[in-house]
Amino acid sequence: MTPIIEIEKLVKSFNERKVLDNLDLKIEKGQTVVIIGRSGCGKSVLLKHIVSILKPDSGRILINGRDICKLNNKEIDALRLKIGMVFQGGALFDSLTVGENVGFGFIEHGNLSHKELLERIEESLCMVGLSGIVNLMPSELSGGMKKRVALARAICTKPEIILYDEPTTGVDPITADSINVLIKTLHDKLSVTSIVVTHDMKSAYSVADKIAMLYQGKIIAEGTPEEIQNTQHPIVRQFINGLAHGPITETLECFK
Amino acid sequence: MKKLLILLGKNVLSLLYFIGGLMNLVFQTFYWLFIPPFKKDRVFEQSKRAGLDSLPIVSLIGLFIGMILAFQIAYLMQRLGSEMYIASIVALSLVRELGPVITALVVAGRVGAAITAEIGSMQVTEQIDALETLATNPVKYLVVPRLLALALMLPLLTLYADIIGIFGGYLICVYRLGIPSRLYLNITFDALLFKDLFTGLVKTVFFGMIIAFVSCYEGFNVEGGAEGVGKATTRSVVTTFILILAADWFFTALFYFIFP
Repeated sequence: MTPIIEIEKLVKSFNERKVLDNLDLKIEKGQTVVIIGRSGCGKSVLLKHIVSILKPDSGRILINGRDICKLNNKEIDALRLKIGMVFQGGALFDSLTVGENVGFGFIEHGNLSHKELLERIEESLCMVGLSGIVNLMPSELSGGMKKRVALARAICTKPEIILYDEPTTGVDPITADSINVLIKTLHDKLSVTSIVVTHDMKSAYSVADKIAMLYQGKIIAEGTPEEIQNTQHPIVRQFINGLAHGPITETLECFK
Repeated sequence: MKKLLILLGKNVLSLLYFIGGLMNLVFQTFYWLFIPPFKKDRVFEQSKRAGLDSLPIVSLIGLFIGMILAFQIAYLMQRLGSEMYIASIVALSLVRELGPVITALVVAGRVGAAITAEIGSMQVTEQIDALETLATNPVKYLVVPRLLALALMLPLLTLYADIIGIFGGYLICVYRLGIPSRLYLNITFDALLFKDLFTGLVKTVFFGMIIAFVSCYEGFNVEGGAEGVGKATTRSVVTTFILILAADWFFTALFYFIFP
């Protein structure tokens, strides 16, 4: 298997604080990789590098073997249409209807006829289990529905890679589970590569082919869900068991 | 002393940062302005919001300014015994100065603040990032239509405010001070030269650009949620007011020498 995404020695700092520090990660085609880590440890920052919204201070990100930092604007746009991103709060455009949101990529870039466009929008919404809401505004939707619409928007252009930024945060456990099911279904149906960033371990175990833990700007452990569950790594153990005392919090106390 | 210097240094730095960021936005906007595809609908939508929806407030303020101006000038002219000049002074001060500046300030407060709040909210809810992931440049999508709308609508609104203001002056002079209607209108149109109208309107194109650039810039640079949006909106209005008055001073001086 060839990796579809290769991240080599990625470094990124904000205001002299190193958020990502020599991070290496390989993701193979068709895999669902879950990146776990504490809030604010740079998981979202990592995702934003993959869609090239943020530029690395140093290091390389290869997608299909090409360094995305060396692409021109047109190539970046083409790349972005192959990547769907689901934002934490949905990030739906609240001045547009649900239909316009879902079809946004096509309305801006595609040359589909009006009929084809509507079909694509309906198809995407259907895949996330929604229908008949094309003309609603995002403000009329519940939190769980917003996440689904955001997902529909991400898959509308039929991307090869889907990035999820905390898909189950802020929704009730039942909706959370239905989103997990959805991530798996989309993965099976569209055979996409998925990267899920989360700190919800239940979600991580249920969707992942591989789990990687991000800690202090590096990937400190990676493996299948079983390997991670049975790991002896003290930091990973503290995180997955959700303990207040352990190596993670000790280092924090040292800083204080 | 050291603290004072540090404070001064920080302020100078943030000013330079602001100028740099704003110029960057200006260049990007002019770049994207000429890159197809061109979407007319968005310019129309923004023009409606900036222009048509501002008509009521501009009418009200234009009328009041015209009436107030007529009273103040009447007071002075009556003391000098030259009521004949009221009409021409009202018209000239409205068309050359008050119409453009007052309209620009009203639009900055009404439209500029709304732009900063809207783009700022989009920024904190990651909608700007979402635009980029959908391969859409935020500057092209958000700034270009707003720039075009404001640069086109502000001169039209100003022209409208000028007319309403002159009408306000007319009401006071004709119905309160008893100046014959025909005479008032004749003096008004005799006093106004093309260059008065032209210089008054040309500067509003630039005022419109100032409003668009500053309010978009402040919106993009919002940090820290709802509070950040509030702060940015205030900063955007204050900065726009200052820049509009500074630009007005510049253009007045410039036109004074070009068209003596």
